[in-house]
Amino acid sequence: MTTFRIEANPTRSAATASRAALGGLIARDLTVLRKTFGEFVLRTLIQPFLLCFVFLYVFPKIGQAVGGSSAGAAGFATILVPGVVGISIMFQGVQSIALAMAQEFGFTREIEDRVQAPCPIWLVAVSKVLSGSVQGVIAAAIVFPIAAVVHASGVTATVSLHWLEIVTLVPLACVAMASLGLVLGTSFEPRNIGLMFGFVVLPITFLGGTYYPWTHLAPVTIGHVHWLQTLVLLNPLIYVNEGMRAAFTDAPHMHLYVIYPVLVGFAALFLSIGLRNFRRRVLS
Amino acid sequence: MAEDVIVTEGLTKVYEGMDAPAVDHLDLTVCAGEVFGLLGPNGAGKTTTAGILTTRVVPTAGRAFVAGIDVVRHPALVKQVSGIVSQQNTLDRQLTVWENLYFHGRLFGMGGRDSRARADELLESFSLTKWSRASVYALSGGMAQRLMVARAIFHRPAVLFLDEPTAGLDPQSRLALWEMLAELNREGQTVVLTTHYMEEADQLCDRVAIMDHGHILALDTPDALKRSTGADTILTVKVDRDGERLATALARDLGGVVSTRVAGDVVTVQVRGAERLVPRTVDLAEAAGVAVLDLAVAEPSLETVFINLTGKELRE
Repeated sequence: MTTFRIEANPTRSAATASRAALGGLIARDLTVLRKTFGEFVLRTLIQPFLLCFVFLYVFPKIGQAVGGSSAGAAGFATILVPGVVGISIMFQGVQSIALAMAQEFGFTREIEDRVQAPCPIWLVAVSKVLSGSVQGVIAAAIVFPIAAVVHASGVTATVSLHWLEIVTLVPLACVAMASLGLVLGTSFEPRNIGLMFGFVVLPITFLGGTYYPWTHLAPVTIGHVHWLQTLVLLNPLIYVNEGMRAAFTDAPHMHLYVIYPVLVGFAALFLSIGLRNFRRRVLS
Repeated sequence: MAEDVIVTEGLTKVYEGMDAPAVDHLDLTVCAGEVFGLLGPNGAGKTTTAGILTTRVVPTAGRAFVAGIDVVRHPALVKQVSGIVSQQNTLDRQLTVWENLYFHGRLFGMGGRDSRARADELLESFSLTKWSRASVYALSGGMAQRLMVARAIFHRPAVLFLDEPTAGLDPQSRLALWEMLAELNREGQTVVLTTHYMEEADQLCDRVAIMDHGHILALDTPDALKRSTGADTILTVKVDRDGERLATALARDLGGVVSTRVAGDVVTVQVRGAERLVPRTVDLAEAAGVAVLDLAVAEPSLETVFINLTGKELRE
């Protein structure tokens, strides 16, 4: 058998061991990503592709224009393309974290092993958020070109790259959405995942400003109350999509002074709820 | 030797919403180099005890130390020196057999080269080399268990915990695992295991703690525990009726009877130093007017000890 050298005492400080463990956890996740990259690309691209195909190609072709004239259709494309990037970032958070976690807590019980890593338990959840965020950034990078080229002739989005916003808002949105994934993955029992999609993911998606900018919601009123515009402020995806509009287009968007702090706030909120849930699920 | 790898003092766990503690003021010491077994029925508190020692269960009161480190205060340090094989298969389904080991090494701070070498070495010694590149889905239950043991000792832990290691394994894989653990122990590995199989505790363990309702009822070497019954032979008689009458007759006339127990149509008699046990039992039964349907003679087992301590069978 194998030769033994028992480590009767911890040879490394908690901080050193934790750093190594975090590196190991992320290296593992990235290896899995590399091994399944084809699958990752397919599942990342299918939704953006269908959205652009239906709204920016089929609709103009059959004359069912969104936004009236062809100039209106092009205007809609400018709104939709950043929205598609935003929604992809959110789905990445749900898929790479919430679904994976439901599986690991559920039938595979892999989480049992993962939390034996020689680091605090919260760091295991943080590693998930970090690698989920990396996947979100990759998703945004491959979705944007697709979204910008799939359209009928004349229905071209007016793209304008604001690099400062791109390199700050895209990662920030990815962390916020990955943290949302952590909250969802630790809140829903594996058997209730369908419920999660129906009651959380779908409303967030449809009321998240993917197909319309927040600034255009003002006409939806009861009496003088802009109820929809107010209500959707609770939806984190609104800020992600508005942020993508600010980063990728010159279209009107919510003020950056609002987008940045609110996204940071959502990220912090989701992360703290998610880490608390995670701890509660793991320890008894 | 006798360096204490595990020490618990008044360790208590009461789960939320439960009246009775799952573990109740447990005082325990496990020495370096021994195989220590927690034996008891389901709900005895063995898994909770192991859970506390592996930092997954937070104790309500008391203290526990692994390699001298407080499990409540420094769980991350405790995890550095613990290797754990849980009841379920927790292998990483998205990695190959080899990668399962390799990334474990990375997780525990080993460099790429060391991890690779150690993974190869362990696959070799656990006879899994030819499965190296296979998905873990391809492994049988016994092989998956072997891989989990290999993974658990990868970082050379001070103590290897196994929770019901052979539950659900076929008899052949069970024997193989016992041999493997014995071999690891010969090389110096301290092992703590929970089990509800008395044969497993008897075969493998240097010392066994018999647990029930969160308490340790007895703690000693398997031999000493069996000697403590005071009997050297266990006589089991299956009768058609009147078990009580036979029990009384045997207790009176067989000689050397330590205790008798009647459960349904089975009379169990613990005997010490009796001769010609079988023919005399048949004769006494006949004299008592009881027909013997079946008769077995065996040495005392840990099951006997458990029955003596609790009045019930281990697997009830």
